[in-house]
Amino acid sequence: MPKALSTIQSCFVPIKIENIDTDQIIPARFLKATTKEGFGKNLFRDWRYENDDEAKPKADFPLNQPTYRGEILVAGKNFGCGSSREHAAWAILDYGFRVVVSSFFADIFRNNALNNGVLPVQVSDTFLQKIFMQDASATLTVDLAAQTIAIDTTGETESFDINPYKKTCLLNGYDDIDYLLSIKEEIQQFESLQN
Amino acid sequence: MPRTLFEKIWDTHIVKTIDNGPSVLYIDRHFIHEVTSPQAFTGLNQRGIRVLRPQQTIATADHNVPTLNQHLPIKEELSRLQVEALKKNCAEHGIELYGLGHPFQGIVHVIGPELGITQPGMTIVCGDSHTSTHGAFGSIAFGIGTSEVEMVFASQCLLQNKPKLMRITIDGSLQKGVVSKDIVLHILSVITASGATGYAVEFAGSAIRALSMEARMTICNMSIEMGGRCGLIAPDEITFNYIKGRTFAPQGEAWDKEMARWQTLYSDADAVFDKEVFIKGEDIEPMITYGTNPGMGIGISQLIPTTETVNEQDKSGLARSLAYMGLEAGTSIRGQKIDYVFIGSCTNSRIEDLRMVASFVKGKKKAADVEVWIVPGSKQVEAQAIAEGIDKIFEEAGFQLRQPGCSACLGMNEDKIPAGKYCISTSNRNFEGRQGAGARTLLASPLTAAAAAVTGVVTDVRELMLNNN
Ligand code: SF4
Repeated sequence: MPKALSTIQSCFVPIKIENIDTDQIIPARFLKATTKEGFGKNLFRDWRYENDDEAKPKADFPLNQPTYRGEILVAGKNFGCGSSREHAAWAILDYGFRVVVSSFFADIFRNNALNNGVLPVQVSDTFLQKIFMQDASATLTVDLAAQTIAIDTTGETESFDINPYKKTCLLNGYDDIDYLLSIKEEIQQFESLQN
Repeated sequence: MPRTLFEKIWDTHIVKTIDNGPSVLYIDRHFIHEVTSPQAFTGLNQRGIRVLRPQQTIATADHNVPTLNQHLPIKEELSRLQVEALKKNCAEHGIELYGLGHPFQGIVHVIGPELGITQPGMTIVCGDSHTSTHGAFGSIAFGIGTSEVEMVFASQCLLQNKPKLMRITIDGSLQKGVVSKDIVLHILSVITASGATGYAVEFAGSAIRALSMEARMTICNMSIEMGGRCGLIAPDEITFNYIKGRTFAPQGEAWDKEMARWQTLYSDADAVFDKEVFIKGEDIEPMITYGTNPGMGIGISQLIPTTETVNEQDKSGLARSLAYMGLEAGTSIRGQKIDYVFIGSCTNSRIEDLRMVASFVKGKKKAADVEVWIVPGSKQVEAQAIAEGIDKIFEEAGFQLRQPGCSACLGMNEDKIPAGKYCISTSNRNFEGRQGAGARTLLASPLTAAAAAVTGVVTDVRELMLNNN
């Protein structure tokens, strides 16, 4: 069951790369677990470490720069393309992010994120660039109920879309399975009409 | 009202629509594999519920399996645990498993169609993005995440919003040496790796109608690489003939009943799409990718783009991609040295792919310093290849015919490409590190891959074909 989410005010970690695919978010060799926990330490593994060696962090990668922190990840457009692995959303959540901001999300990733209580916030290209221009101390405020994201230092705000059903789920920490189980009879009725 | 193929299937699968929200979509077939299912089974067990319709669920082990000595226990411990967990979960929930050692085992998107499980008009899901492959039969087939796998287990339904609809029409005939993989890599180079995000994509036109089922699967397989929710092709005689007589195909009266329904599955003449793309078959060359997303492809006679010539979508990432690939903007990719050739994956590991490669390499030998792995998509493909003597042709050419699985497509087993090495691959993703940390992947058709295997460098297969005649 995902954790409920309403308003988040936080610093952010910027990764100014476009088309970040799920193979980068969590490389395939880490998909061998049979639980959902513990993926955070391998988030962006091959961008974080030289030769897969935790003793050799790549200094220029934002996750390795102590100035960047917070519960919000901000990334270039078409974030989460490629494989359907939900491990990507689990890794992001496990690392401590609750919100991902980009100017475009791949479909499956968007769903996977929402199903795990991670909010994908799609902003315009211009707004994304404005966020990237802020320095590391700047904070963002994401208000799910109002569907707005603000750059606190400049006061600039943009609103974002979210499916109303998903919004309710996220605000309350519900998930789809609870709903689907509650309509079991309707599903069985549908099945009997098919045959 | 005129409807598209997608809408005809969608409409008959809606259990109900939530006010202001998604629809409850009924799922006919659910494929599962060892990597994306364990957490979903755990979730079910925690809720104390069982798989609602185990007989509509089909399992196989493919992502983790070794491609040599499959009769021995899996050496890599975590892989073995995942495969064992699948076995245990399937046994507990009454799900049919075509695991290692089973004559039906193979890559999930290869076995569904070859067993006749995949049929027109169905809704099909799997915790795997290349589920789009099954759309080649005129079904709505898409990849889902593990939470959604759990939802389908629990209710045989998913909450879905109807995607927008796009049609890509490819008319005309193909040049010699151009095959379906080139069509889809060409489309990708035109619309980019995010060009179909949010859309269900129907592939149409005379060039598509002329393709075999296996060739159509290659195209639908890669619709996810355009960002598409799914890809689909209207079923026709080629589809029906392919399905007829397969293990799980309907028979007798049931066949006639299904056929009557299947024949209504096409987009009506005046159906409206949100977006249309037109491509001329004659314009397509043998393709190859130079970058780190599948949209970064060029015709083999073209130059690697520069920041000026590349499409808008890949502009900012071009330098990074080329640095990773060790390639230079504005140069020709022909002649680029190759270290590995991988012919396999759910894109191109079917019997027609193997036949195509065999008929091209017959009597030829691989270049001395190239390693060539041929990984069939399933036990049935492997058996067929051996029955046809294709294994002998590969052996004489110095190609290694391995055992079925995903293999070097994603390098979850031992089949990894070493850092910095070049691999020409018939798979579907050239992402950084996809085939192994630091591996450099060039996506191409089985023919173009075979040509590189023989010459040791990126080669325009058309030149070798002309010499043949
Ligand atoms: S062959 Fe590759 S793309 Fe296909 S299912 Fe396996 S890992 Fe995924």
